[in-house]
Amino acid sequence: MGLLSLAIWVPIAFGAVLLAFGRDEHAKGVRWVALVGSIVSFLVTLPLITRFQNGTAAMQFVEKAPWIERFNINYNLGVDGLSVWFVLLTAFITIIVVISAWEVITERVNQYMGAFLILSGLMIGVFSAIDGLLFYVFFEATLIPMYLIIGIWGGPNKIYAAFKFFLYTLLGSLLMLVALIYLYNTSGGSFDILAWHKLPLSGHAQTLLFFAFFAAFAVKVPMWPVHTWLPDVHVEAPTGGSAVLAAIMLKLGAYGFLRFSMPIAPDAAHEWAWLMIALSLIAVIYVGLVAMVQQDMKKLVAYSSVAHMGFVTLGFFIFNELGVAGGIVQMIAHGFVSGAMFLGIGVLYDRVHSRQIADYGGVVNTMPKFAAFMLLFAMANCGLPGTAGFVGEWMVILGAVKANFWIGLASATALIFGAAYTLWMYKRVYLGPVGNDHVKELSDINAREFLMLALLAIAVLWMGLFPKPFTDVMDASVTQLLRHVAVSKIPS
Amino acid sequence: MIDKLSWVTIYPEIVLLVMACIIALVDLSDTSARRTRTYVLTLITLAVVAAMTGMAASEGKAIYGFGNMVVSDPMGNWLKCFASLALMVTLVYGRPYAADRDMLRGGEMFTLGMFALLGMFVMISGSNFLLIYLGLELLTLSSYALVALRRDNAVASEAAMKYFVLGAMASGFLLYGLSMMYGATGSLDVNEVFKAIASGKVNHQVLVFGLVFIVAGLAFKVGAAPFHMWVPDVYQGAPTAITLMIGAAPELAAFAIIIRLLVEGLLPLAIDWQQMLAVLAIASLVVGNLAAIAQTNLKRMLAYSTISQMGFVLLGLVAGVVNGNTYNAQFAYSASMFYIVTYVLTTLASFGTILLLAREGFESEEITDLAGLNQRSPLYAGVMAITMFSLAGIPPLVGFYAKLAVLQALIASGQALYIGLAVFAVLMSLVGAFYYLRVVKVMYFDAPVTASTVSAPRDVRTVLTINGALILILGIVPGGLMTLCAKAIVATLAN
Repeated sequence: MGLLSLAIWVPIAFGAVLLAFGRDEHAKGVRWVALVGSIVSFLVTLPLITRFQNGTAAMQFVEKAPWIERFNINYNLGVDGLSVWFVLLTAFITIIVVISAWEVITERVNQYMGAFLILSGLMIGVFSAIDGLLFYVFFEATLIPMYLIIGIWGGPNKIYAAFKFFLYTLLGSLLMLVALIYLYNTSGGSFDILAWHKLPLSGHAQTLLFFAFFAAFAVKVPMWPVHTWLPDVHVEAPTGGSAVLAAIMLKLGAYGFLRFSMPIAPDAAHEWAWLMIALSLIAVIYVGLVAMVQQDMKKLVAYSSVAHMGFVTLGFFIFNELGVAGGIVQMIAHGFVSGAMFLGIGVLYDRVHSRQIADYGGVVNTMPKFAAFMLLFAMANCGLPGTAGFVGEWMVILGAVKANFWIGLASATALIFGAAYTLWMYKRVYLGPVGNDHVKELSDINAREFLMLALLAIAVLWMGLFPKPFTDVMDASVTQLLRHVAVSKIPS
Repeated sequence: MIDKLSWVTIYPEIVLLVMACIIALVDLSDTSARRTRTYVLTLITLAVVAAMTGMAASEGKAIYGFGNMVVSDPMGNWLKCFASLALMVTLVYGRPYAADRDMLRGGEMFTLGMFALLGMFVMISGSNFLLIYLGLELLTLSSYALVALRRDNAVASEAAMKYFVLGAMASGFLLYGLSMMYGATGSLDVNEVFKAIASGKVNHQVLVFGLVFIVAGLAFKVGAAPFHMWVPDVYQGAPTAITLMIGAAPELAAFAIIIRLLVEGLLPLAIDWQQMLAVLAIASLVVGNLAAIAQTNLKRMLAYSTISQMGFVLLGLVAGVVNGNTYNAQFAYSASMFYIVTYVLTTLASFGTILLLAREGFESEEITDLAGLNQRSPLYAGVMAITMFSLAGIPPLVGFYAKLAVLQALIASGQALYIGLAVFAVLMSLVGAFYYLRVVKVMYFDAPVTASTVSAPRDVRTVLTINGALILILGIVPGGLMTLCAKAIVATLAN
């Protein structure tokens, strides 16, 4: 069994065992099995980065076996510089989620932990599939555990949120399915994504394909104006669900642009880049302003996620190396930072059972350690140099200025909004005098929560101070992608 | 004419007929409420028949017998094998339910079930219009009686009456259409009819006239809109065990006669019947999916879901012949066959769960009766959830690959119209996802009304677990069943 197969199937196997044998009477054992499972799953992904060869854009750790011979569908896995970090990020976030749920989830613990472990394996499958149908199967299968997570452990309006999440994303991906089958037939019976990259396609076909993929990925990212499901879902989802959703699931969409839309339909991608850039800028600026007026912390972070993902898509569609690499770095950084923000809100919610900003004030007085951590994450969310948030945004803005000064200027102003809404929320929740009795009775974070936040803090600082390992890995793949996209695929 | 080879083609039917008679007699000596002896004997017979047909199917040969009256080919044998297995599973799920409602007295459920299966076998292997019709009548007459098995139940009697009247009318349609074909071509033999039509010497108008009636009759039998009216009433009204008996295995036989009549017999008219099937498919997708949303009764909802699923099966049949070219036929028809086989597998699991939750005096047929099932029994909730996600076509469950194969057949035709149909079907399946998800929602997100745990006899528990696991396993490795369907269809088309 190859490394990627292990990365996919180890968490799924642990999840299946938990579902089959876990009982609430043995909740403690279930938690430990889940923790061991998530740690083992993370450890098996480590060789992917240590043995990764920089300087080549080829797929690495490739595994290929026939899966459905009737349609020439292969179990074909591989990672390159664009995807390898996401495999590790997914496994890492899963550990954090397991820790975050430790005492918080007391009912049906085995199903909660099992769902997250299975979800982790499926998402790793999305990042490592290089067969179109295998990608689709993993991409869609993630909906099932997430639907159950939101619906079972979510907030008061959980059912609405679960349905909205499922149906919204299903609509997009069904159109992608038609596109995949179309490509299969056009390419003479192959689901190999790399073969599709080389497939000549007419301009008309490329446009249709581009928008079919757009339907799937834009909803997932989510881009303005199809982002409306995200705030609703984030508010209702349990803490772990929000963290995984923001940290990883949104990246599935952005990753799809890199793997499908741009290389398969490069001419359409260039033709419609103006639209993508416009939507990204709206996300960055307008949604940033929307975030500022939110009363609900989770909603605020959700809108801030949309704005940050706007930077990612902006970076991709200005077609230069700084932009694309910056977009990917921003995806990874946002994975750490947004995950941390949601987990922080979860820490407060577990104590006070409110997400309203108005219900807090002066938390720093009673929870100094926690407030310190959150200050770091808030700074990372605004893109302060030295934190993970800075690197990606800086690269994207530089890339944008290179492409067009005004786009660069517009995206740079968004940094101000980002700082405004994040710091204003921080001020209202953490600073000042103690706001009310609830806050007065707060106890600071315990060892478990400290561990969880410390792990994320290390990641955020490491990425901010020493981003080279991240960018080195992706350099060759980004260069290759841009070289590929620059060549027209319209048959002459 | 009746040589040694001919008998080989009907060995399974002979075993089934003889055993049905013997079991009817044996049952006289079995007076226990649960009819264990009859039950075991029936299961053994069905297992033997399934094994016989399965072995015949894996030989992969097509043999004609009795002066081309019957054919034993891989497609037919596989469908017979699956139908026998489906009936076995139905009886396992249905016995406790039927015993609680005093439906096992006289053992009619077993004998009528076996005669219905015999009817399916005759339909499947018939290569002659009359024989196919006889098989169909044997099946439907047994089914009418089965629906009416609870004599004292008003709803069931009403359902039986509706089923009978509408079913008789549909049979009349079919017979009339077949007689037109006979009049036009001068033969009842499916292959002779094919040759006569292909020669181009037969009056096209008469053929199309007959074809309309044949397609309408078939649409009645599979429950495609706008000939679907009986499906919700009968599904809801019949005792659940009988609903499963008429809703699972017979679909396989209905698929077989569609292939025998429309493909083997009337393929030269494909351009005509494909249009009709396309209209039926669109209507079924719309009616089935939209009406299912409004249902509160689970059985009725599943009936509308059946209608929409049949829409997909018909869509697969639409794409076989493109511009007079049959290169896409094996993909299209094998997609439909895969679809119907996996549909039967999921139907067994969904009704199996309803049967399991039903107790004496409690039917458990409202969607709300499933509330909080996950807290009462994670296993059965899991099986039902897998079934619902599979019907909705979410990977990695087997229902997804069925939809994929049909969509692929449509898109491979390269026709803009068919690609449009594929997009339409995809959008309708999004509507469908809503009501399947609602069942999952009720089981997982709602609080249970009663805290009692669910208990089931060991045979039901084992079979239901395997049934649910198969939906998942076939979703992870669907290749084998797909290849099987493809080979069966290729062998049938080659004749």
